[in-house]
Amino acid sequence: MWSFYFNELMRSLPFFLKGLWMTVAVAGLSLIAATIIGFILGIVRASKNKILRSIIGAWVDLIRGTPFLVQVFIVFFILPSAGIELEAFPAAVIALSNMGASFICEIVASGILAVPQGQREAATASGLSSFQQLRFIVLPQAMRSIIPPLVGQYVLIIKDSSVVSAIGVVDVTRVGWLTVQRIPEGLMVFGLVGILYFAICYPLINLSNYMERRMTVTATRL
Amino acid sequence: MLEAFNFRVILEYMPLYLQCFLATLWLSALSLIGAILVGIIACAMRLSQSKAISRTAGVYIESIRSTPLLVQLYFFYFGLPSLGVMLPEWVTGVFALTLNSGAYYAEIIRAGIQGIAFGQIEAGIASGLNYFQRMRYIILPQALGMTIRPMLGQAIVLVKDSSLLSLISIMELTRAGQLLTSDRFMPTEGFLTTAAFYLILYYLLKTFSSWSEKRLIFMEAH
Repeated sequence: MWSFYFNELMRSLPFFLKGLWMTVAVAGLSLIAATIIGFILGIVRASKNKILRSIIGAWVDLIRGTPFLVQVFIVFFILPSAGIELEAFPAAVIALSNMGASFICEIVASGILAVPQGQREAATASGLSSFQQLRFIVLPQAMRSIIPPLVGQYVLIIKDSSVVSAIGVVDVTRVGWLTVQRIPEGLMVFGLVGILYFAICYPLINLSNYMERRMTVTATRL
Repeated sequence: MLEAFNFRVILEYMPLYLQCFLATLWLSALSLIGAILVGIIACAMRLSQSKAISRTAGVYIESIRSTPLLVQLYFFYFGLPSLGVMLPEWVTGVFALTLNSGAYYAEIIRAGIQGIAFGQIEAGIASGLNYFQRMRYIILPQALGMTIRPMLGQAIVLVKDSSLLSLISIMELTRAGQLLTSDRFMPTEGFLTTAAFYLILYYLLKTFSSWSEKRLIFMEAH
């Protein structure tokens, strides 16, 4: 029986690869959007504008304080009642980018604030504009403490993308859920799903650890 | 969208919400206790001299951290029955949450223990303290001070992750929102109330986290 199910599962492998492609599409698009929005919000959050800072802070708290599944449901079910009809796919990307952006915002802000104040003062004294300061002095130094947790955050976004299967996005988790109705071997089906996620996330986790070690070494050398 | 917000329905469903709030608390607390125990054991195994034991713990930790919780949850939910193990849904849910957070706790505890300089332990031995005295007065106070914040952070993640249990039809906060959506077609009222309850838990844990940090630094200064 087991080998029969195994052969069945191997025959539906193309279906799994399609699901994996959907996972990569949802997570990839959200990654890009979250990075861009997160950096902009993070730079504002580390700036001197108190009002903008506390608005972003409150938003980040709201996102951090609620489960991602609830956020997905809010985007998918509640935005339509405000007149914005969304398919499952864009709803998933919006929810995931919003969640990712608010976490990346905190990473970027704390990276910027970790750059010693004297660097900025020296830049001001050299006559650089505030954009030039950010571009040439602050961000390049902040990147050292931003990049390792940023890669870790990417892993979280990829893993959290499994949750959007709940609103019917046919990603690899949803494919597993659909397959297990037909092939009742949960360990085998979700073992395969797990291996597919592992293949993406494990190298990224190691990359993050490697960069963290490398970047702290450079920091102590300086 | 908000002008049609129906507070009467929320009041009507309030007993259900409170019941589900308690269920979320209860499920999270059980998983939290389990996860810390699993984390301590896995961390002890990871730091073991024996390569085989250390590798086993490493495989457990890495495979949990590289796959989404939802996939792990489905793995046990659909997989255990095919092994002939029939458990109530909530037991499967708590089991998956415990194993998931356990891997993260193992890493947090390991970082705490490895963060203590070996010279501290040597100094303890040189001062004639026995093993328990060293643990009680030197290692644990420092390890606790260093790990309390990430530990509470992981507890916040665990409470939010418990929302995924709604997908295997366990009654908890997110499920209450789903019920309000399916029974009354009121997703706005349903999920915003759910989110509000999670935010209460989030702010409680967050406040506790910053309080404990101040308190521990205070203790250390003395």
